[in-house]
Amino acid sequence: MTSINRELKKQNTAKYRDSRFGSITGRKKVNVVVALAILIPLAILFLLPFFWMVSTALKTRPQIFVFPPRFIPDPIMWGNFDAAWNDFLPFNTFLFNSVKITMNNVIGNLVSCTLAAYAFARLQARGKRIVFGTVVALLVMPQEVLIIPQYILFTQLGWNNTHLPLMIPAWFGWAFFIFLLRQFFMGIPQELVDAALIDGAGHFRILLFIFIPLSKPALATVAIFSFIGNWNNFLGPLIYLRSEKLHTLPLGMQAFQGQFGNTDWQYMMAIATISLIPVLVIFFFGQKLFVQGIALSGVKR
Amino acid sequence: MNLPFFNGKPLSRARREERIFYLFVTPWLIGLVFFWGGPILAALGLSFTDWSGVNFSDIKLIGFDNYHKMFADDLFWQSVTNTVFYAVGSVFLGTIFALFLAVLLNQNIPGIAFFRSVFYLPSVTAGVAIALVWTWILNPVVGLLNFGLGLIGIDGPGWLQSPQWVLPALIIMSLFRIGPNMIILLAGLQDIPQSLYEAAEIDGAARWAKFRNITLPMLSPALFFVLVVSTVGSFQIFVEIRIMTEGGPGTSSFVLVWYLWQQAFVYLRMGYASAVAFILFIVVMILVGIQFWIGSRLVYYES
Repeated sequence: MTSINRELKKQNTAKYRDSRFGSITGRKKVNVVVALAILIPLAILFLLPFFWMVSTALKTRPQIFVFPPRFIPDPIMWGNFDAAWNDFLPFNTFLFNSVKITMNNVIGNLVSCTLAAYAFARLQARGKRIVFGTVVALLVMPQEVLIIPQYILFTQLGWNNTHLPLMIPAWFGWAFFIFLLRQFFMGIPQELVDAALIDGAGHFRILLFIFIPLSKPALATVAIFSFIGNWNNFLGPLIYLRSEKLHTLPLGMQAFQGQFGNTDWQYMMAIATISLIPVLVIFFFGQKLFVQGIALSGVKR
Repeated sequence: MNLPFFNGKPLSRARREERIFYLFVTPWLIGLVFFWGGPILAALGLSFTDWSGVNFSDIKLIGFDNYHKMFADDLFWQSVTNTVFYAVGSVFLGTIFALFLAVLLNQNIPGIAFFRSVFYLPSVTAGVAIALVWTWILNPVVGLLNFGLGLIGIDGPGWLQSPQWVLPALIIMSLFRIGPNMIILLAGLQDIPQSLYEAAEIDGAARWAKFRNITLPMLSPALFFVLVVSTVGSFQIFVEIRIMTEGGPGTSSFVLVWYLWQQAFVYLRMGYASAVAFILFIVVMILVGIQFWIGSRLVYYES
């Protein structure tokens, strides 16, 4: 195990040294300056909507409609956050619902997709190609096709206006995650499996004690993707959740959109800012894994 | 009859492996039948019915009527046109933009992690939050965009309130969500062996020649993947429409999924909406098929 890691590290350092070597020449330096001259303004442009979101969240109502727009609010209304969260809708309940659904789905995805990915990467069986074919086919399927039949199915099951339609399917795999994990599992040396089989270990133990410990980056990637997708999910809750006490944060955020142009922008942006915090935390802590995972999904096809 | 489980001998290793395989993929197979694959067939079946989706006794089989009605509906065709316009614009511009950013980031830039995060940030933000902020930014009177355009002497259009500019506005917005594509392309660029460029430099190749003859072919698998995924994604635009335009002004931003949504959950025509869903499915599958067909000729796979 450690020898694999050491080998990988050696390759990475070699790559790193190679690329450094290239940057010593003068022309490369010019390239960097030109690239930075384009990238910095673009980065500011990309951050502007977020800055604007926070800035609007801290404004008084009249200041929002001032023209030319004010970038730094005066006075800074810290109280908007408290008011937005506590004075209108039960946001504590929405937060709880979002956390509950998201956590369930992250765990469900991890369990169901790991099992299937191991089977596709390491086990031989008749019909395997066909079963794996269904995973690949569903990779490019527009999910919207499923809305109506799923809605009818869940309504017939009496799951409408409950969290079940948003939580149960997570335990039955997700094509993209299965594919991603399979790609990673295929890179684990077969010798490790053979050795464990000779020692009398079953496939479940091999998965649990060899593959899972070796695949932390890939599993973390799936967890992060799943977290972000479910945390931000809007369409599902919009279809199934009617009772206010079942709503999630994205639904609550949208509720500030007024009917007659009197939207409370400052409160809406305050909620948007708050709901962004968990995503930001996870994104920045998991950034390296995340980047590796996305790269893995695209290149090694 | 030879029953493999009861003939007294232990199962062969291959058989045992097969059983474990099917044990491990059972959740996926159940999901396939009930949640992912089965519903596609159900959508096809429902598309030949007239049904509000409540009581099974109300289902009326009406053959191809839904499809006839759909193909005769101007709003359907406008939704198709709008979706294609949006898809072409956002996929084309988005891929070029993502490639541009990836090439810039591939120059041993100091602070590469910072830039990568910044360009990725809009892609991990809730679609609802993004849509709400942009509604505000695109406001023709007090919005940030027209204020910015005003500074350089351009009188900005009405964006979401203008039938001509609403789709371009949504395309511009989509350019902020190219994070995953950028990272896939950047990873592809970093995988290209430096030695290829060095060899070309010895041969005196110009910068554009290197890009065209080394970078593009070596990057083609990643580019291909990005194109397929973003095409499928662009056909699914919904949250922006729901929050920002509701298909308007008039019907100028009606897209397929919005049309489907209206038919299903506003007018409760589940049969008709299923026909729309099935057409959406077919169109996307054809597009992906075409891309795979072109890809098989143009994409260069090593080894």
